[in-house]
Amino acid sequence: MSSEYAIEMKNITIKFGSLVANDNVTLKLKKGEIHALLGENGAGKSTLMSILFGIYQADSGEIYVNGKKENITDPLVANRLGIGMVHQHFKLVHNFTVLENIILGCEDTKNGLLSLGDARKKVIDLSNKYNFNIDPDAIIENITVGMQQRTEILKMLYRNNDIMIFDEPTAVLTPNEIDELMEILKNLKEEGKSILFISHKLDEIKKVADRCTILRLGKLVDTVECAKVTKEELSEKMVGRKVSLTVEKKEPKLGKVELEVRNLIVAGEKGHKDKVNNVSFNVYGGEIVCIAGIDGNGQSELVQAITGLKRVKNGKVIVDGIDITNQSIRNRNLNLISHIPEDRHRDGLVLDYDMGKNMILQQYFDKYFSKNGFLNQNNISKYTKKIIEEFDIRSSSGENTICRGMSGGNQQKVITGREMSKPHKVMIAVQPTRGLDVGAIEYIHKKIIELRDKGIAVLLVSFELEEVMNLADRILVMYEGELVGEFDPKKVDLNELGLYMAGSKKNKVEVA
Amino acid sequence: MKKNIDIVPLLSSLLAIVAGLVIGFIILFICNSDKALLGFATILTGPVTHGLKGVGQVLYYATPLILCGVSVGFAFRTGLFNIGGSGQFLMGAFGAVCVGLTCDFLGPFQWVVALLVALILGGICGGITGVLKAYFNVNEVITSIMLNYITLYLVNMVIKGNKLLFNSLRNESRDIPKLANIPKLGLDKIFVGSSVNSGILIAILVAVIIYIILEKTTFGYELKACGFNKNASKYAGINENKSIVYSMIIAGAICGLAGGIILLSGTGRHIEVKDVIVSEGFNGISVALLGLSNPIAIIFSGLFIAYLTAGGFYLQLFQFSKEIIDIIIAIIIYFSAFSLLVKDIIDRIKQKKLKS
Repeated sequence: MSSEYAIEMKNITIKFGSLVANDNVTLKLKKGEIHALLGENGAGKSTLMSILFGIYQADSGEIYVNGKKENITDPLVANRLGIGMVHQHFKLVHNFTVLENIILGCEDTKNGLLSLGDARKKVIDLSNKYNFNIDPDAIIENITVGMQQRTEILKMLYRNNDIMIFDEPTAVLTPNEIDELMEILKNLKEEGKSILFISHKLDEIKKVADRCTILRLGKLVDTVECAKVTKEELSEKMVGRKVSLTVEKKEPKLGKVELEVRNLIVAGEKGHKDKVNNVSFNVYGGEIVCIAGIDGNGQSELVQAITGLKRVKNGKVIVDGIDITNQSIRNRNLNLISHIPEDRHRDGLVLDYDMGKNMILQQYFDKYFSKNGFLNQNNISKYTKKIIEEFDIRSSSGENTICRGMSGGNQQKVITGREMSKPHKVMIAVQPTRGLDVGAIEYIHKKIIELRDKGIAVLLVSFELEEVMNLADRILVMYEGELVGEFDPKKVDLNELGLYMAGSKKNKVEVA
Repeated sequence: MKKNIDIVPLLSSLLAIVAGLVIGFIILFICNSDKALLGFATILTGPVTHGLKGVGQVLYYATPLILCGVSVGFAFRTGLFNIGGSGQFLMGAFGAVCVGLTCDFLGPFQWVVALLVALILGGICGGITGVLKAYFNVNEVITSIMLNYITLYLVNMVIKGNKLLFNSLRNESRDIPKLANIPKLGLDKIFVGSSVNSGILIAILVAVIIYIILEKTTFGYELKACGFNKNASKYAGINENKSIVYSMIIAGAICGLAGGIILLSGTGRHIEVKDVIVSEGFNGISVALLGLSNPIAIIFSGLFIAYLTAGGFYLQLFQFSKEIIDIIIAIIIYFSAFSLLVKDIIDRIKQKKLKS
């Protein structure tokens, strides 16, 4: 136990086919420090952590835990060495209690029967020690995402893990929950735990991390002391060029009302309450209206009702003066609505089609793309090439690239390019930058603002407050299916917005 | 723009075939080590060393295999598993028998009408599965298996109850008169003594048409999009329920056509009134698997399986039971189902080559 480092990963290289995911990467985690791992999408952060946690085996390189060389062949070995991991998507059993989830895999038994007494005491002690404020008997599916995350942390503490890996822990949290998590991380550090966390949010890294290792394209760029660098320097190291972190935009020039939503009600599942409850608002041409809110407060259903993917129980949707409440999806797609969907894999792309075929997803029957029922490959190709060039979509073989093999950022660009290039009056973008890196985010933001300046009405749904503040001309906050506040982004601060998002404050929203 | 053709799937199919043959040889060897080599040679060369008759037989056997394979492969490409090929085949056969036995007033068009009826009945049979899947969310595997039995007993009942159709001495449908058979187009002159007829040409034509529909038309674009990703298709405004129904109707119609062609071949095949489901629909699944659901590849995989079957017939010359061929075919199918694994192995070999 003489080593200064909890973890040393030396000269790690791993290849997947021809792709070098990690190329000679060295990462050293000091005992009792918070170490951030920063990088764009596809930079190899998750791969590196998966190697540390035993999910992948490196092709070459060495791993030392507490100064001793170890061969981590699977997650069980990692656990035995005191390494725990909170995955981006929690690994919890939804209909088990917090306690049951925590002890899962290391249950105490008495005469073959489960004995929870000692475990309960230990969990409650731990929870008190770190101010987790968690009910061990609550069922997972009934508690908030923040609480679920604490359950995951408790799981590691219960197993006496001294080295903790967090994979993008803040992606799913509200601003207040993020603050609380930051406190928890600091407490854990004071208790002597060593923490590695993956993120591409520069604010958080500056706030809690002691040191930060930056990866780019699988290679190590640098390891820096967080206190000694600025956010701009960090992002430059990450992307490899200067990036502007704020979005520049002119004052909006409002046109006529393009999207009207009137008293919209969308039913929930049978036996549940309505997902969208009497929502009314307008979006004018040339403005960006953001719906802010925590995931699961009816934003998805609202969008699905507007785009026709879900039936409306009551109320009206009017685009460009046309009542489309009961129109088919195709009629809405044609000329009226463009939609960048929330889940690019589920809804946005036919992953097994090539890029060309994905570009014409809503227009394949158009005269330009088909003749007498046969696809016109030439025109499809021409059209796709134009979008590829305009949106700078990178791929291995141009319009013939199968979308499944493309990186997330480029897939998103395919969708963005397709939706922005087809004729439309209203653009509905849901989480258009989810999971993308700074460079791609900057690009998509620029494109959305271009759209606005062309007079398109943009409705943006985002869970990222920074994005909301940067892009919106007007913010609507949604909580439990209702609009609870309307703000001018210049006149509201993040904390205030957070209170509305969490439902602690409510205003009546009048249709402008 | 040059298109990259991925040869890995082809390689994995070929490897599956080699593996099947090797294991087949081992089985032959265990059964009778003296004649194993001779037997194995017969499997590989039987159909060609016995004159053109053998080749003709291969083409004849291949006809329903190709059609049912295309049916299963087509459904598969559109996201559906058509395990009801046997029922659809039987409905088609039934349609052909009805028209063949009762409509001699149609003269030279009798076989055409008979095939059309076979097509329609098969299509209806598939369509039922499609409607249940699309509008009542009933899994197509369950309904199509059930329909296999429903059609079996329905057809038995109707044939048994109808003197015009039923040959009570042999407990099967009556012989269809020669005039109602599909034309041989001189193929019987080339392949003397074999059962081949123009059905094989129809099968190949259908495979090509299905290929064109899938790859070149907007209709195929819709169907495949629904098969790959139902949600994205809905998002794009494609009516995915309608696509499911169309897919199943087409898949059913192709199997029905196969049934019609076989019954109108004049080779002594009848609808036997017994409680056994015909095997053609299931064979179609194997052929489609081996052909990786590509209609053009299915022509070849159908011919290949037919070739082995014909070879197996000659295997009996050496006192081997011809079931060994079924075992070999089964092993080949097994390995082609493992194509992902095979693909993985090939990738790894490629990598090693790159490294060294």
